Amino acid sequence: MTDRQKTSSGMRLNGLTLAPPQVLGGVRLVPLIRSGHREDLRLSPRVYSEEFAFVEIDPKTVYTSYVPHGLVANWTTDGGAVYGSQMALAAKKKDGKSYGRFMTARGLRKMARREGKTQLRFLPLHVAMEGLLALHFGGPDIAWTEYSTAVMRTGLSPRSETVVPGDQIAGLDDALRLFEIHENQVGMLVFVSESLASAFVVPHPDDYTALHHTLITDFYGELIWQFGCYATENVMFPEPINMQSIESIADLRREVDALRRRWNRFNTMMSPALFDRAYHSERVYRFKPFSLERFVTDLDPSAENHIGEAIYADDGTLQYLKTYRLSSAQTRRAYLLSQLAGQDWDLERCAETLDCRKNELILRLENAGFGYLLHQHVLDEARATEKKRLKSGLSGVSRADLLS
Amino acid sequence: MKNASQSRDEIYAAQKEASEREDLVMFINACFAATGQAEYYCSRSYGRVSIDFLHSYVLANYRRVYRRVLAAGVNDFNRARIVLKLLAAGAPPDKADREEEGKLISATLHSLPANRVFTLFTRLREAKINNRRSRAVVRDYLKWRSSPAFDAVKYRSKVRIVARHTHQDLDPETGAFLFALKEQKQFETPLFDSFLRAHYSKQAVYELPYSVAEGFAARHQIPRLEFLRKIEPRMTHSERQRAQSSAERLGKEKPKVDLARTPLTKLAMYVIGLPIEQQRRRAAELHDALRAAAARALRKRPLSLGRTAAVLDRSRSTWGSRERRRRPLAVAVAVHYLLAASGNGMQSFWTPSRSGDLESATAEDHVFLVEAGGQTDLATPLLAAIEYQVDNVIIVSDGYENAPADAARQIVHAYQTRLSQTHPIAFLHANPVFDPDHFSPKPLGSPLTTIGLRDAEDLGASLGFAKFSSGEASQTQLEAYLGMLATVFIGVSHD
Repeated sequence: MTDRQKTSSGMRLNGLTLAPPQVLGGVRLVPLIRSGHREDLRLSPRVYSEEFAFVEIDPKTVYTSYVPHGLVANWTTDGGAVYGSQMALAAKKKDGKSYGRFMTARGLRKMARREGKTQLRFLPLHVAMEGLLALHFGGPDIAWTEYSTAVMRTGLSPRSETVVPGDQIAGLDDALRLFEIHENQVGMLVFVSESLASAFVVPHPDDYTALHHTLITDFYGELIWQFGCYATENVMFPEPINMQSIESIADLRREVDALRRRWNRFNTMMSPALFDRAYHSERVYRFKPFSLERFVTDLDPSAENHIGEAIYADDGTLQYLKTYRLSSAQTRRAYLLSQLAGQDWDLERCAETLDCRKNELILRLENAGFGYLLHQHVLDEARATEKKRLKSGLSGVSRADLLS
Repeated sequence: MKNASQSRDEIYAAQKEASEREDLVMFINACFAATGQAEYYCSRSYGRVSIDFLHSYVLANYRRVYRRVLAAGVNDFNRARIVLKLLAAGAPPDKADREEEGKLISATLHSLPANRVFTLFTRLREAKINNRRSRAVVRDYLKWRSSPAFDAVKYRSKVRIVARHTHQDLDPETGAFLFALKEQKQFETPLFDSFLRAHYSKQAVYELPYSVAEGFAARHQIPRLEFLRKIEPRMTHSERQRAQSSAERLGKEKPKVDLARTPLTKLAMYVIGLPIEQQRRRAAELHDALRAAAARALRKRPLSLGRTAAVLDRSRSTWGSRERRRRPLAVAVAVHYLLAASGNGMQSFWTPSRSGDLESATAEDHVFLVEAGGQTDLATPLLAAIEYQVDNVIIVSDGYENAPADAARQIVHAYQTRLSQTHPIAFLHANPVFDPDHFSPKPLGSPLTTIGLRDAEDLGASLGFAKFSSGEASQTQLEAYLGMLATVFIGVSHD
């Protein structure tokens, strides 16, 4: 593990407080408030009107996705304020090339691209998603005989995941449209059907007002889309004011303050995956005194997992955050890959660590959508053996039942 | 045994009474707030379906109350709707009922603006209502109008539809004007003749009402500036006010308007719609105009409250919708001026906002300079209002409290149970927004009485129903109160 990668326990939202949520239908929006924001980092949106974009990661790898907008970070190295005039200049910069007339595409270079001394363009969420897709993208390091020749030659390419744009999630458009932005609000936790869909933080309150609407064009997990369909209005409140202790108006004021604090605790409790989970992060870009990182939680298949990207200042404060909730199938895929890679792609050893038989692992890989990694005859054999085993196993069970 | 069944009957009767009273209070509250327009939180069609259902339900179950609501001071949209529904339902069989209903309908039509009445009549055709009573109502209304020729010109298409639909006997001149205009060479009636000549003469355009002349001006391609200058004498008061900003944009001298003549809420909407630098520049003038408008509204309908504090919402949702731009904020500003004009030592407390200035305001402050935006935090101003030690607290908010939710209800509940012995305060929630999901303005919670309020001027009328909303008075009393209002309303209009 290099110094660019590290494992941390629990996301830190230092300097941010959670305000009481605004609920509309099944969507709960929790505003994040920052009392003292810094002026030396600003984010602004850059809209790409093309249908999709392909991003050149390196000369041999291309990332293709629906990219409605990018973010442009402007900063100052001396800690002074970033002025609006520089941000206006930023919008005019040439960024990639547009192709096509009916079905249009934009060709972009790099996920995070320096555009000048104090300007960086990056593609929100795609930085994190690229990290997930590129996980062990090179394929097996050792040529075990089970792996197909195509995989040995080109690795996992093409690797793809399905996501859902925000406007497809029932109720999210209305909830975002009707949301009342707080003063000093720099971020938002989006819950759909009481589970965390995404967290979004920017450095400056004015940036937030400018970027609030981009939440609808961002992408969300397939799971969140399903939750949106089934969500019902779920109104949960923390404990109300304690009536017995009120003797004067000052008591009433104190109790209301206590109620606000309970809301804060309540919100923190609602988002455990973000605040209690260990996660691995990797630095993507360093621009002094900030660094852009992407991270992924520990990929425990039994818990909810998020990927995301963040900008930290050198003093450790979170300046930018955007997360994506993985569905369980996506988690499973990433988990299996990391387990395989952890055992040098040896199926036998990996099956041992996962506490299952090798054939079972092969079938799990196939079910997860990684059938193309293995030779067809390996898959067929595993399927046949397992079927045979299941038959004899079942008859064995019935005999045992008779005996008892 | 008999005793038990008797008491059960009593319980059922009490429950029935309570639920019926709730129905009626809900309906009256909705009639004060609902306008059939899009709101911040819901679309127009959704709101219409909801209010339409409510009207049908009350008409079918409580017809007497339904017609008497016409006298309760509810807004024009709902009064027009009630008249339409009553005409569609046909006359009641009982003679006394019929008479009362007839008088209420005619009194209502006389007090509604003419454009609303003619729209209502055209809707008779759309709904295919053509009974004897509706024909008679239309006939009587047309007979009552002071200048039928003017109506025929200004509302030509509507009068045409109405005349044809209800088989009105028209004098030959009007008949020719409405139905055979192109066959005429000239008219005896000057206005009709002007209308005919305006088709080819630019000069005749300026003899017509503004709204009709506008169409002809476009036909003759008269420059806007010249048109506005020459048509100014023909403009009505509200048309002059509407032309203020466009006149300024064109570099023309603005039409003279007596701001104090404009109704309070309408004036508040105009004032907060002005650009902020203009508001600042004309602050003293606008402030005086608002105070004068409030004083006039109070003369028309006095309001007697004790020491009062207002908790006013200026969250982002008070911007309203495209159709009701800034209406909830305007109502809050207007309520401030109304209470300032009526009470002694009134103070208003605003929800915290982005700009952060003006947390509380007295009668002297220029509250129309408030900037709306941000979350709805009613708890902070409500606590400030309670500390101000008043007899009444009026909350004006759309009921979507979110920072934190439910705090206002808890504060009021805690105050009423624990602290009201030392200093009782009456809390009231006035809501300018109709919530179609609940068929009524959205309440803030059970200990707070919620009343609907479209115009700040209606506060007195809405307050009249507050005791029924809170459940202090019975349904019989409500009906008696409405009956009293109806008698007064009929009496006033027929004197």
